[in-house]
Amino acid sequence: MTLTLTEHQLAIANGTEGQGAAMAMRIVADTARLMGAPRLIPVASAHIDGALYHGDSGTLFAEKLVEGAAKVKVRSTLNVGALDLVGCSKQRMPPAERDMAKRMMMAYEAMGCEPSWTCSPYQAGHRPALGSDVAWGESNAVVFCNSVLGARTNRYGDFLDIACAIVGFAPDYGLHRVENRRARVVADVSGLSEALRRSDVFYPVLGTWFGLEMVNSIGVVDGLQGMPNEDNLKAFGAAAASSGGVGLFHIAGVTPEAADVATALQGKPAEKIIHVTADMVLGALKRLSTTTDEAIDAVAIGSPHLSIDEVEMLLHLINGRKLEKTIYACTGRHVIRQIEANGQRSALEKLGVTFVADTCVVVTPILPEGNGVLMTNSGKFAHYAPGNTGYAVQYGSLKDCVESAITGRLTRDQALWR
Amino acid sequence: MALKADVLLEGQGEGEVLALTHPISFWGGVDPRTGLIIDARHPERGQSIAGKILAMPAMIGSSSAAAVMLELIHSGRSPTALIMPAPDAILLLGVIVAREMGWAVPPAYALSAADQRTLHGKRVSIASDGAITVAG
Repeated sequence: MTLTLTEHQLAIANGTEGQGAAMAMRIVADTARLMGAPRLIPVASAHIDGALYHGDSGTLFAEKLVEGAAKVKVRSTLNVGALDLVGCSKQRMPPAERDMAKRMMMAYEAMGCEPSWTCSPYQAGHRPALGSDVAWGESNAVVFCNSVLGARTNRYGDFLDIACAIVGFAPDYGLHRVENRRARVVADVSGLSEALRRSDVFYPVLGTWFGLEMVNSIGVVDGLQGMPNEDNLKAFGAAAASSGGVGLFHIAGVTPEAADVATALQGKPAEKIIHVTADMVLGALKRLSTTTDEAIDAVAIGSPHLSIDEVEMLLHLINGRKLEKTIYACTGRHVIRQIEANGQRSALEKLGVTFVADTCVVVTPILPEGNGVLMTNSGKFAHYAPGNTGYAVQYGSLKDCVESAITGRLTRDQALWR
Repeated sequence: MALKADVLLEGQGEGEVLALTHPISFWGGVDPRTGLIIDARHPERGQSIAGKILAMPAMIGSSSAAAVMLELIHSGRSPTALIMPAPDAILLLGVIVAREMGWAVPPAYALSAADQRTLHGKRVSIASDGAITVAG
């Protein structure tokens, strides 16, 4: 299949809208050819994951687009950067790197992207309509957008998301096409205890198992009807997109393209049916912790960024007690604004919580230097913290995290897993 | 038996093949400054992908893989060629963007994970049409 561009799209590639837009169109078209897309389709919005500093190359690319007068054509929210521009937390970065990271963030704002700086844009007011085509980056945002909102996006890598936002088009392939959104595998979890299926601590673990099992395939989970809330789905997807390359999942009776299992399968037979056992989820649970050390040095929560509900739950669980170890609570400025207004930010900071806005502890140096033990309730933090921070990980529920931060020793309720 | 890969991004590659035994996320899995595999749970942790022909059975995880790829190319720590079972729009974006920036980029080829394993540890050259010659 060869790619056909419209006259309008060819004109953009030839520079009628400036050199920045021309470069963006070449990148979109090259990707379309690589992936075998026959055409480009209009997109309604974008979520941009390219403004996180990994080295000077990304800054040079963004500034080249700005020099070429590139502007986004559709609503474009920004994922996290490397700096907390709100000023809640401090980053340990050499001045030269800090300057490049700041220049990068400013370049994306200069192109007209919204300074949302969050990996939970869908909880910051950016919720594209069911069935609409969008170009989203950030693996957890992609999987939430596809699975929970039912908008259609591929797993856009850094740079393609901004390129699509600038030209307003994306390659027509993959998850933009209905037939490719069909579940192939059924994961039946109805054999697990109902108490476990109704607990918050279950979802990152099930997501980790799901990602390892599916890798890049689409699966439908059966047996969770009426159980997960939005934050559970967020945690499940983020974990599945870390341990695997999951871009879309279905949960029967819960997510919009899966009224039931047959709908998610689009009427075709399942290629595989897995009856999920307690041993399978215990295997995933075990994998999330990388140490048996019970001395905890820090706690990190908020990957993906905390919702208002999650901050309230934290406040409730701490219940006025002073923390022995810092809880790093990562969230977006949309939440910071609200908790500043209602007094929750200062109440939690007084007890030993450090809020981290615009960024998070696994993407930029915030945790104290060293090889300590980090406790978390996030499957995504558990996955990335060892490689990116040098900390070993203990995984537990939010309640376990709070109790452990209060004493500095691991406290974990294992009852649900027995 | 002669192997032939499908060409994803044009060019020729030569070097020692590092065929990973487990899928990898470049972001959080590879240090963009050194080219070392840093994912604590990855079987090839501690090995360098710089200067190798890197063969991957699948790509998982973060959508920032392209940024890590771009930085590896910019800092001269990139693999000399990439092999994957099917085109991956996230990782290869880093190569496409590097080409737009005018930097020297590695070619990319498609080859099944099973065929990748047979090349592990060998010195090979890959022609511009994807034909693979094993030197030893």
